[in-house]
Amino acid sequence: MSVVDYKLQLSYKRILKDFLENKSEQSLYEAQKVSKFLLEQKISPEEFVSIHFKVLTEMLPQMDEQIQDSFVLLLEVMMGYGLAYQEHQILRNRQQELESEIDVAASMQQTLLPQEKPKTEFLDVGVVCEPAKKMSGDYYHYVHEDDKGLGMAIADIIGKGVPAALCMSMIKYAMDSLPSEQQLQPSLLLENLNRVVAQNVGDSMFITMMYGYYNRTTGDFHYSGAGHEPGFFYSVANDAFEELHAKGLVLGVSRQTKYREYTRHLDVGDFIVLLSDGVTECRIGDEFIEREEITKLIRKYMHLTAQETVNRVYEELVKIQDFVLRDDFTLILLRRTV
Amino acid sequence: MNLTIRSEQTDNAHHIYLAGEIDAYTAPQLRESLIPLAKEKGIELTIHFNEVEYIDSTGLGVFVGVLKTTDANGSNLKLCGMSSRVRRLFSITGLDEVITIEEVKEGQS
Repeated sequence: MSVVDYKLQLSYKRILKDFLENKSEQSLYEAQKVSKFLLEQKISPEEFVSIHFKVLTEMLPQMDEQIQDSFVLLLEVMMGYGLAYQEHQILRNRQQELESEIDVAASMQQTLLPQEKPKTEFLDVGVVCEPAKKMSGDYYHYVHEDDKGLGMAIADIIGKGVPAALCMSMIKYAMDSLPSEQQLQPSLLLENLNRVVAQNVGDSMFITMMYGYYNRTTGDFHYSGAGHEPGFFYSVANDAFEELHAKGLVLGVSRQTKYREYTRHLDVGDFIVLLSDGVTECRIGDEFIEREEITKLIRKYMHLTAQETVNRVYEELVKIQDFVLRDDFTLILLRRTV
Repeated sequence: MNLTIRSEQTDNAHHIYLAGEIDAYTAPQLRESLIPLAKEKGIELTIHFNEVEYIDSTGLGVFVGVLKTTDANGSNLKLCGMSSRVRRLFSITGLDEVITIEEVKEGQS
């Protein structure tokens, strides 16, 4: 018998003896502590019944034979609980393994997202990208190989969690492998990405994306959308927000899809807001937030830098939802500076 | 929130009436009921959204899957009775350009 078992028997004997003699509350309290100890030590129910039986026969050597025999039956009954308990332990270990694997995957996924913000002098860029769970279905990406302009993509992969994250790596590598001249042509970029996605995803899977390229020389923002939540365009001259619509079919449904290209001219101070549906699907109680509320929030903080603005908007939206994100949340702001 | 699915069948047509929310939790149940119907050859599959309060992207994915299946089997898919919030999602995603959606007439809700 192990030292632990021996000590357990001794102290249980004391508790049992005290209880049979005094029926005190204190013994019941100590019995609860024994129960905790048993769980910690992973001692199964039938093991403990046999300890109880052993201690009892030591204390009452004259115990009725029929009572003694009844313990054989009780032990048999407890076996089932013992097996269930073992199974529970195995499942718990397996769950811990899975969780640590997901942690590794989540940190790998983080490396798919840009590690640094673009350091462009002509655009002030702010980004918030927060997953609702460990893994995210939101993706963003930028391309800037020279100082002529900046390309920016925002994407939302259907669903959340692991399947969405796996799909994200495909998008990232597909974008990386597209020839750089396509980065100047949003419609062409989406057409090519769509073919890759359509060939590689399941029947009920799709990805929404908006891609835009800001041309520094002309001050024009060229963009195309594949079923993505519309963004906003803010003009200083009009002091007004407009919806940044880009009609187009989501990626992955039909290989022959063509995408329309749109253009907005940005004057100094004008900005573009790109967002995921996690922003517009914020709920206050049971009510969805209106898009107008989001522009009001942006207006409240737009005197700050792009990064500060998106940070504050994110903080407020999280606060009104009692600090629980239901969906992955991505908000990007690009402001022309010169 | 749950989703209830009721179906009616005539010779070459299936009518599916949905009520509730279509999201990541109810989408598998919906897919299981729709895909076998979509696999039948040359049928009219009409889905009624009158009592659908909410749909998310996973829900939209079910209809993308159903569309691909009906197309492959020479059948027709038609969606009708959408609220403006649900309709907006089909419009944003461009799915209204590939799926037949019957507009709600004025005066109806």
